[in-house]
Amino acid sequence: MIPEIGHFSLILALFVAFALGTLSVVGGQQGRADWMALARPGAQVLWVLSGIAFLSLTYAFYTNDFSVLYVAQHSNSLLPDIYRIAAVWGGHEGSLLLWLLMLTSWMMAVSIFSRQLPDVMVSRVLGVLGLVAVGFLLFMLITSNPFLRLAEIPENGKDLNPMLQDPGLVFHPPMLYMGYVGMAVPFAFSIAALLNGRLDAAWARWSRPWATAAWICLTIGIAMGSEWAYYVLGWGGWWFWDPVENASFLPWLVGTALIHSLAVTEKRGLFRNWTIMLAIVAFSLSLLGTFLVRSGVLTSVHAFATDPKRGVFILLFLFCVVGGSLALFALRAGKVQSGGSFALVSRESFLLLNNVLLTTAAAAVLLGTLYPLIVDAVGGGKLSVGPPYFNAVFTPIMMPALFFMVIGSYARWKTDSVAEMVQKLRPVAIISVLAGCLAPLLAGEWSWLVSLSLSLAFWIVLGTAQQVYRQIKNTANWKSTPISFWGMHVAHIGVAVFVIGVTMVKGYETERDVRMVLGDTVSVGGYTFRLTGIRKEPGPNYSADVGDVELSRDGKVLRTLHPEKRAYFSSSMPMTQAAIDTSLVRDVYVSLGEPLEGGTQPAWAMRVYHKPFVSWIWAGCLMMALGGLMAALDRRYRRKVAASAAKVLDKGVAA
Amino acid sequence: MKAKALIPLGLFLLLVVFLAVGLTRDPHELPSALLDKPASLFTAPLLDAPEKSFSSKSMLGKVWILNTWASWCVTCRQEHPILLELSKSKAVPIIGLDWRDKDVDGLKWLARFGNPYDVVVSDNSARIGIDFGVTAAPESFVIDKTGVIRYKQNGMITEEALRDKILPLIRELQK
Repeated sequence: MIPEIGHFSLILALFVAFALGTLSVVGGQQGRADWMALARPGAQVLWVLSGIAFLSLTYAFYTNDFSVLYVAQHSNSLLPDIYRIAAVWGGHEGSLLLWLLMLTSWMMAVSIFSRQLPDVMVSRVLGVLGLVAVGFLLFMLITSNPFLRLAEIPENGKDLNPMLQDPGLVFHPPMLYMGYVGMAVPFAFSIAALLNGRLDAAWARWSRPWATAAWICLTIGIAMGSEWAYYVLGWGGWWFWDPVENASFLPWLVGTALIHSLAVTEKRGLFRNWTIMLAIVAFSLSLLGTFLVRSGVLTSVHAFATDPKRGVFILLFLFCVVGGSLALFALRAGKVQSGGSFALVSRESFLLLNNVLLTTAAAAVLLGTLYPLIVDAVGGGKLSVGPPYFNAVFTPIMMPALFFMVIGSYARWKTDSVAEMVQKLRPVAIISVLAGCLAPLLAGEWSWLVSLSLSLAFWIVLGTAQQVYRQIKNTANWKSTPISFWGMHVAHIGVAVFVIGVTMVKGYETERDVRMVLGDTVSVGGYTFRLTGIRKEPGPNYSADVGDVELSRDGKVLRTLHPEKRAYFSSSMPMTQAAIDTSLVRDVYVSLGEPLEGGTQPAWAMRVYHKPFVSWIWAGCLMMALGGLMAALDRRYRRKVAASAAKVLDKGVAA
Repeated sequence: MKAKALIPLGLFLLLVVFLAVGLTRDPHELPSALLDKPASLFTAPLLDAPEKSFSSKSMLGKVWILNTWASWCVTCRQEHPILLELSKSKAVPIIGLDWRDKDVDGLKWLARFGNPYDVVVSDNSARIGIDFGVTAAPESFVIDKTGVIRYKQNGMITEEALRDKILPLIRELQK
């Protein structure tokens, strides 16, 4: 009964979304206040309906209702409660339902936090989001219904893929989807503005906190996914340039460009077309990511074995949404008047330059991701593009971006003088390069790439510190500095922290892959690992081999690590649970491999790693997200519209 | 409308074309590692008479085709007329492997679309499929008189593949 309620809610939601989408958009075009008034309640009803559907599926999982096909495929009565709930989004159909719930939650948020917006704007924004929801509801109901019942009820479920039975599953997908789907909000604002025909600073101000909010979720979501891969895959990698990862990284890159471009549009009324374009592209890439992940063109086992209707549907949907928006853009973009002018040396220029760099990097990643597909489509055979391509292309594009990041935050709007900036930044530059060249000597081996990256990281940190210092010293009442100023600097330092983490790991990580019997030792990065025991331990739905590995340094025992190899009852593939000792400046990481044949004593394959500064990678991401949060909380976004819209234009210069 | 503003749309449409073509391709279609190696021997129950079984040993001395299919497989339905045609020509025995399917569904499917197979065996648990490295349906193997896999078709047997590759190879092997 409960699954039917969920199914029925989805069907109702489809009708509501369709009514909302058409009436709100058409009402906005024709200025019908009665139709526009439906937007807010419509969005709220949609949220309630998708919430009911989601809870119904959760209930089916919680009560082990294996008569529901999706539950039978992704759960098992032995599965611990928390994973039974997280298993709701452990497969294709449930992920889509989560997608929908996130989309409607954003709509709910827009309907609540939009009191300062004109009704016509709210109506259009919610209408566009409603149309997006129609697409996803149709997709779910036609090709991927999570509520289908089985005629013959199985005794037990197939169980959730053991790879997913991890706390990571509980937090990572919801956060990532929040970010993915959140990009729909600035997208809807852009479409609304194009429909409106007016792209003004007020529009940029309204969409800015939403874009930032989505970007924060995306940042945290990606970072959590990376951390999860790091400890669960057992080979110490944190980023693999896999198509699915790229699918989440692409909207992030473009989203980063978007939030900066929005800053210019809000403050100076410039780059309007560019901002609109970025908002459209960021969301399009989210949809493209869904297509790539869900259609099987790149990753799944077989494009034919999965339902081919799915790929065709998403492609059609992508075609309608993106094609429609770009056509609208082509129609309207020409009419948009560009705002004021700016000099070659100005904050605008540097922000534009960095946005071009970010977009180029996104294009390079997109090309690498799609290249195998394109080559195959033109009959060039099968090939794969791996990390060598991405590292070779991505790094050189991002390095100048790091350099200009500081310059951009120093430069004044409209125009600035090179001489003055050189004078301000010269000491910072000299110290960073010196420190960058010397620091690798402390860490061991010197290499120019490490020096260059570290110099850039120091450049960001010192540049930011100097700017904060000047702000405090030169402003009479520095405590009244808007919180978004601090947010920007926290996020920028986050970038530097991230860069330091990546550089140190890439430059100085050491690993060893060894065969060990009890009592054997292996050393890496000054740490010694001794295998003191391997025992069997039962888990709720698996049995594990747990290793006792004594970690010591200079003869002093630090602690015992317990790497695991789990054999889940439902799967033939053993899972690795690495044991990691984390500290501020390094991780030591040990993972238990396969038992090895031969020899008189039982032997095991072991992998040990020393990873300097690896936790800085995620700490950096969290700082970026925190900075974003501070920026989004700025008071000016919550002020009344009438006052602010007029003020923006004259304030532009001063800010 | 500025012509420049149409560039993004143009680029996107080009991308859609590639994605559409990509949908028809299989990213995992790679040459089989089992090529030119002896096919593993199997014994499996007949689909239409589970109490009887078929052993691939009985095919030694003959050139034959092993075709994996399933009732849920859309591409198999496209491939089906070609197999029926091939079966009518009596050029080569075709052994069907009903892969990851329910026997009832498989039988219904054959009753509805016709049976091109000399023998159909059931492989619901995909045990035989694993031995042949089957990752999806349909896949077909040409096996020679000594039981060695000489050719693998990933995805459906197209008319071209049959005419240009499979039939000439079979004629060669049958000599």
